[in-house]
Amino acid sequence: MLTVLFDGVAYGALLFLLAIGLSITLGIMNFVNLAHGAFAMLGGYVAVVMLNKWGIPFLYCLPVAFIMPALVGVALERTLYARLYDANPLDQVLFTIGIVFASMAGASYFMGAQHQIIQVPRFLQGQFHVFTGFDVGVYRLFLIGFCGVITLLLHLALMKTRFGSRLRAAVDNGRIARGLGINVNRLFAISFGVGSGLAGLAGALGIEILDVDPVFPIKFLIYFMIVVAVGGTGTVGGPLAAALILGIFDVAGKYYISQVGAFIIYAVMVAMLIWRPYGLFGRKAAR
Amino acid sequence: MIARIFVRVGVAALALGACVASEALAQQPLKIGFIEPMTGQFASTGKQVAAAVKLYLAEHGDVVAGRKIEVLVRDDANAPETTKRYAQELVANDHVEILAGFGLTPLAFAAAPIATAAKTPMIVMSAGTFVIPQKSPYIIRTAFALPQNTAPIAMWAPKHGIKKVYTMVTDYGPGIDSETTFKNVFKANGGEIVGEVRVPQQNPDYAPFVQRAKDAKPDALFVFCPSGEGAAVMKQFAERGLAKAGIKLIGPGDVTDDDILDSMGDPAIGTITSQHYSADHPSAENKAYVAAFEKANPGMRPNFMSVGGWDGMELVYEVLKKTNGSAEGDKFIAAAKGMSWMSPRGKITVDPKTRDIIQNVYIREVKRVNGHLFNVEFDTIPAVRPDGTTE
Repeated sequence: MLTVLFDGVAYGALLFLLAIGLSITLGIMNFVNLAHGAFAMLGGYVAVVMLNKWGIPFLYCLPVAFIMPALVGVALERTLYARLYDANPLDQVLFTIGIVFASMAGASYFMGAQHQIIQVPRFLQGQFHVFTGFDVGVYRLFLIGFCGVITLLLHLALMKTRFGSRLRAAVDNGRIARGLGINVNRLFAISFGVGSGLAGLAGALGIEILDVDPVFPIKFLIYFMIVVAVGGTGTVGGPLAAALILGIFDVAGKYYISQVGAFIIYAVMVAMLIWRPYGLFGRKAAR
Repeated sequence: MIARIFVRVGVAALALGACVASEALAQQPLKIGFIEPMTGQFASTGKQVAAAVKLYLAEHGDVVAGRKIEVLVRDDANAPETTKRYAQELVANDHVEILAGFGLTPLAFAAAPIATAAKTPMIVMSAGTFVIPQKSPYIIRTAFALPQNTAPIAMWAPKHGIKKVYTMVTDYGPGIDSETTFKNVFKANGGEIVGEVRVPQQNPDYAPFVQRAKDAKPDALFVFCPSGEGAAVMKQFAERGLAKAGIKLIGPGDVTDDDILDSMGDPAIGTITSQHYSADHPSAENKAYVAAFEKANPGMRPNFMSVGGWDGMELVYEVLKKTNGSAEGDKFIAAAKGMSWMSPRGKITVDPKTRDIIQNVYIREVKRVNGHLFNVEFDTIPAVRPDGTTE
């Protein structure tokens, strides 16, 4: 029982890391970015190449798995995404789904279509026994801890720093924020980069549990969307709560009622959206 | 890439054909339409089979019974509607005389009606659901059938201290075939099923399923998953400490697919599976096959899918010799029935009744050999029929 709960929390933590970047772009910039998974996949492949080809230790791969997608994210944001901020959502969807397909084709071309397998360091492998009915997977514990730290950092950055308050101002009312001399474009570029970087980081952390292959951006798109839809956008707490609930229900559903387990999360999503149409802690859209 | 090489082979063959036009007039080149997933989740299957087909052409020459063989490669990316469209185009526009490949069951199903309508021989080189050859009278299978690969392990297990088993299969045709066969044969041999689960095909995380299996405390966990998914299962098997809890991993050999086995690492050691082919199979034919395959495809090891492609080409060549170069549907099938030859996997026969394959199935254990992981065969069940019974 507790093992299942624990696995669920770990899975939720991973989902949160994967989706928080999308919550930023969708919530803060109002941009329907379906290509979010492509950045996660990029992070995953960065880690695979560093680990398997160059033999760099896993923990050192993680910062690079953050930085690379973040840089690519900023570059794409400045060159392509920025042109579509004022476009209607359909154009944004078409554009970003195009990026998804391009990234999938690119990944198959350069990395091959197979699943990528990595070996995490020995101290992160295995499971230890706490008491009967409660076994803790070391890697999953590491994931939960990591996710906790990231959440705290994000929260502090958003609530306690000057950057955070500017960003919140820009979200609430971009025109007035601009009028007050806040460089909204730069804010958006940085946020986009951080969101993409976090996705990449999660992609790298997730290889051990989810695998990474060229269909990754499509395979997990639905999960990102659920987390953002249920959690509401623009906050840290909402997506976190949503991701944890979904993770726990998904794992528990598969464990206890395996035959229909895969559908549980959709049922949960529908129920929560009926209960809270704007997301868990959501407000009505400002714009 | 492979497609491009095939095109080049084709162009070369055409150029050659032009030089000897007077002879070529009598015998047109024979085109084979080869459809496999070459991209996407199941690309490993298509690549393995294509590599074997290419190797066969390289080793045996591209002329048989006076006809030049041209292979037209199409990538259906595991989409049945694409398979169907390509099969149609190949038959109607490119005038192929033989269809071949078919990576997964739904893909073979999609193409079968076209083989029937066009009376074109259709050689199933990969897909493993039992009923496939019944879908068209023009199908011949050189791959394997899931019941065939599953029954031997179900018979072996109860005799070797495995009495209680939890089954976990992927929820589609071959998985259900495998589950049904295992349960029936295992129970008939005195075993007990303590739990079962069908994992959805799109399944990101195996953890809850494997945890549930562990908590049921079986002697062994029986797993079928499509070629390529094995590593993810193996990871959870290791992380959740099933081996430490005394639970063995058994199944048909798809979970320890030679294509990815070596990268699974130590957790795979000790897994016991039954299947028709291991790259480690100790025969002269196989040693030559593996050496040639690895030389032509550096960094790749031939797996159980590849031999389906190799033997599919062997079948085409031998039948064409018998029919003097005719691939006319009824003639081809009649000639193929009952044909038997020595494959890298051992002796195989085309069952005259079902047009399916009769072959040896081996019981193997994963061991480290010269620093690499292999399925090491330790028992042979000769001439297993597609339904898992023996003669």
